[in-house]
Amino acid sequence: MKHKPAAGQTPSPHGRRPARRYTVRRAPLFLLLFFLLLLLIGIAVDEPARVLEQARTVCLECIGVG
Amino acid sequence: MERVRKGVQALWVFLTNGFWGFPFTGTLYQGPLKVLCSPGLNCYSCPAATTFCPIGSLQQLLLGVRLSLQSGQLLVGTYVLGCLGLLGTVFGRFICGWACPFGLLQELLYAIPTRKYRLPPVLRFGKYLCLVLLVIVLPLTLVDSFGLGRPWFCKAVCPAGTLEAGIPMLLLMPELRTLTGWLFAGKLAVLAAVLLWSVPVSRPFCRTLCPLGAFYGLFNRVSLIRLKFSADACTKCGACHAVCPVGIRFNETPESSECIRCLKCMTQACEFNAISLDLAGLTLSGGPTLPEKRSPRTTAP
Repeated sequence: MKHKPAAGQTPSPHGRRPARRYTVRRAPLFLLLFFLLLLLIGIAVDEPARVLEQARTVCLECIGVG
Repeated sequence: MERVRKGVQALWVFLTNGFWGFPFTGTLYQGPLKVLCSPGLNCYSCPAATTFCPIGSLQQLLLGVRLSLQSGQLLVGTYVLGCLGLLGTVFGRFICGWACPFGLLQELLYAIPTRKYRLPPVLRFGKYLCLVLLVIVLPLTLVDSFGLGRPWFCKAVCPAGTLEAGIPMLLLMPELRTLTGWLFAGKLAVLAAVLLWSVPVSRPFCRTLCPLGAFYGLFNRVSLIRLKFSADACTKCGACHAVCPVGIRFNETPESSECIRCLKCMTQACEFNAISLDLAGLTLSGGPTLPEKRSPRTTAP
């Protein structure tokens, strides 16, 4: 029985079994690096401490009371 | 698969709202975990919340950006945006389908047996308006005499905040009840409207108002975890349309920013393996012999 290659696979020139073709998507890698950089900049300027300070107090405006 | 997803959603509810000591302490959780970003919409003023809400924190940083810069601090929201962007790049709107407490609540309400209605597609642009206008532009530009803005989305709209924080905090701190007025009444009305709307329409808040879903949706095309569509295998039977909780015609728009990756189309509908899950290059298929596929539940999103 002839093996039909699935999507993302190409037939191997030497045998019946298809060889899987791997492609590296660059966009997610660039985005990961970009947002990791933003995160590190935020940590460098001590933004997590400010976020923690906000999150520890009841934000009356946020809950529609203030 | 749907049971697994419900289990994961319930797990995230308890992970992001895991502080049950608030009746004894009389206030919200104040531990160090609150430096972590909640993936879903979960108000950090909820007494049980263990993480910070990215939308609330982003607004708080943006509304005070003038004062921060004047005092020589660069607190412009890069940490929060970094957390959000990393989550979006890895998961996209997978988070909406698997880790959002308010999404789970809407799904439970939609399970109430009543006549179901479709959502007019034009309403989906509302969430982008919320993101741009209420989360970014107004907190930055509409400032008082001290140079401080307001968290407009939380203050005027967020029903998750009213449900998870507003009502519990009023019960927990009776002294706050004197501060309630028209604003709180308006937020209660928004909450009631969203909850009632969730019974005949599938996930109306996620599809029309949620700024977090709008942000994650921008990453659906590029996220590491995404659904793949094989046009060769598709027979255009339309089974994926019938089960989709957010009204997508998956075979026509496989990379839609509306898709919440609930995987119903893959595991309950498609019998031809046209839909698979791509985990950063590793492809997983639901397989054609799952029992769920023999009795697909139809919805009217």
